[in-house]
Amino acid sequence: MKREKTKLKKTGLITTVLLLIVTAIQLFPLYWMFTFSLKSNKEIFGGNIIGLPENWEWDNYVKIFDKAHLGRYLFNSVVVTGFTIVFTLILSAMATYAIVRLKWKLSNAVYFIFLTGMMLSIHAVLLPLFVNMKPLLDTYWALIIPYVAFAMPTAILLMVGSLEALPKELEEAAFIDGANIYRVFWQIIMPLMKPILSTVAILTFLSSWNEMMLAIAFVSGEKYKTITVGVNDMVGKYSTKWGLIGAGLTIATIPTLVLYVFLSKNIQKSLAMGAVKG
Amino acid sequence: MERALKDKKAICFFVLPALIWFCLIALLPVFQSAGYSLLDWDGIGDAKLIGVSNYVKMFGDPLFFKAVWNSILLAAASVFIQLPISMVLALVLAGGVRGENFYRNAFFVPVIISGTIIAHLWMKIYHPSYGLLNIGLEALGLASLKREWLGSEGTALVACFVPMVWQYIGYHMLLFYSAAKSISPEIIEAAQVDGATRFQTAWRVIIPMIVPMIKACVIFAIIGSLKSFDLIYILTNGGPVHASEVPSLLMYKKIFISNEYGYASAIAIFIILECLLFTFIVQKIFNHIQKD
Repeated sequence: MKREKTKLKKTGLITTVLLLIVTAIQLFPLYWMFTFSLKSNKEIFGGNIIGLPENWEWDNYVKIFDKAHLGRYLFNSVVVTGFTIVFTLILSAMATYAIVRLKWKLSNAVYFIFLTGMMLSIHAVLLPLFVNMKPLLDTYWALIIPYVAFAMPTAILLMVGSLEALPKELEEAAFIDGANIYRVFWQIIMPLMKPILSTVAILTFLSSWNEMMLAIAFVSGEKYKTITVGVNDMVGKYSTKWGLIGAGLTIATIPTLVLYVFLSKNIQKSLAMGAVKG
Repeated sequence: MERALKDKKAICFFVLPALIWFCLIALLPVFQSAGYSLLDWDGIGDAKLIGVSNYVKMFGDPLFFKAVWNSILLAAASVFIQLPISMVLALVLAGGVRGENFYRNAFFVPVIISGTIIAHLWMKIYHPSYGLLNIGLEALGLASLKREWLGSEGTALVACFVPMVWQYIGYHMLLFYSAAKSISPEIIEAAQVDGATRFQTAWRVIIPMIVPMIKACVIFAIIGSLKSFDLIYILTNGGPVHASEVPSLLMYKKIFISNEYGYASAIAIFIILECLLFTFIVQKIFNHIQKD
């Protein structure tokens, strides 16, 4: 028994060292990005590449935020992602309600159609969408419409699983009290599905906030660019100014990181769930 | 209530918006792609039906084969390098260590950051004169290993793989971890009472019980690799001299640079079929494993 204990302690030390090394590998690039965002080119090219900044150039943040219109791009990303999440949640919840609770012959067939979407990817439809959506290109809708379409299959899959597990008593009582079907959906089903709605919201947020291929291909005007594309342009424009680029990249990372700090548990749970069901 | 649930108007109201949206934007375009792939079309002039010529051209194009081969190498790197690392980390964490939650949260951070930012950050890491990598090598007295990682044909592809593997280690770690955590503790205790070491418990008890999750992760890793776009687009744009070309990127360039709409669609269809084929193969392999 005693020997057993010492053995555990020993592996404990090696494991700790190993885990700390992996932590460093996973986090150091981000830490490094933050440090060079606060340096001037002079400092970086003068040899202080890895260390902490000597002069903390917070000015880099102010400059790049103004010059590269990052505020505008962040706003656009919030609009696109926000609408995508709202449409995805409402439409998927409605379809889920019809599939699980309403009584009609084709409900399984329709569910199956949505599930085929799990195998499709945005890449496969890039060109047809580019052709079909010509009039909408260079607007928020050019991104919102496809993001919603590709978020729905996972959303519906997760929601169907969760609604099937919910008891029907509350709905039945509401019907007996004379509520119509639309009120039952809005006032009983939606609140009951809150946990799964938040899971879907997180998954949809991550995929649309970070999406790049459509964002580059479908929006070229300054006015509607999202942050992923904006950051891309910024790097092209200031390619030699390390401090500015670092600051811009950090600014673009902050919204997701803040969200992660507050919701890390939920985010991890959502991604694990999305994967298990998929 | 029965009647309310059979109300045709209500059914249409609830299901049609999502169904129409999904079919028009996600499903129909796949068939359109298939149709386009039979055309000679630049998007502006008249389209000409040319049958399967685009496919013939594709299978005779060495660049296409190179792109496919690169994406398969990437898939192999994901399955044989990334997943084992993720698995070890997951098993170590799930086995219970001090700071379990801290490590899990830390490993996971890169997963949620956008590929664009990751790519630009790694561009700086690979920078020939001031990048972290070359500076680090010099500091370790390995200056002879310094090179232009993204700019040399020999290293560009590997240099693109590293950040991709790096970014998603945390994702697969999390999936393995949550699968391992869902095994009932009694089973693991029983193994340990029988005298199994931690390693034996992991190898003989935990891993066999999370095979379904391993299958899912292998499929995700392969499909993700076959479709990879963001990081390579920014890091090398497929270069130098197509050394790091992948199918999605090739398709993108055929659409937006050379306006070969028919050929690009043939590549799109190929990517879909390739992903289905690999999913099918992995399913078969795992069915075989699970039977034994």
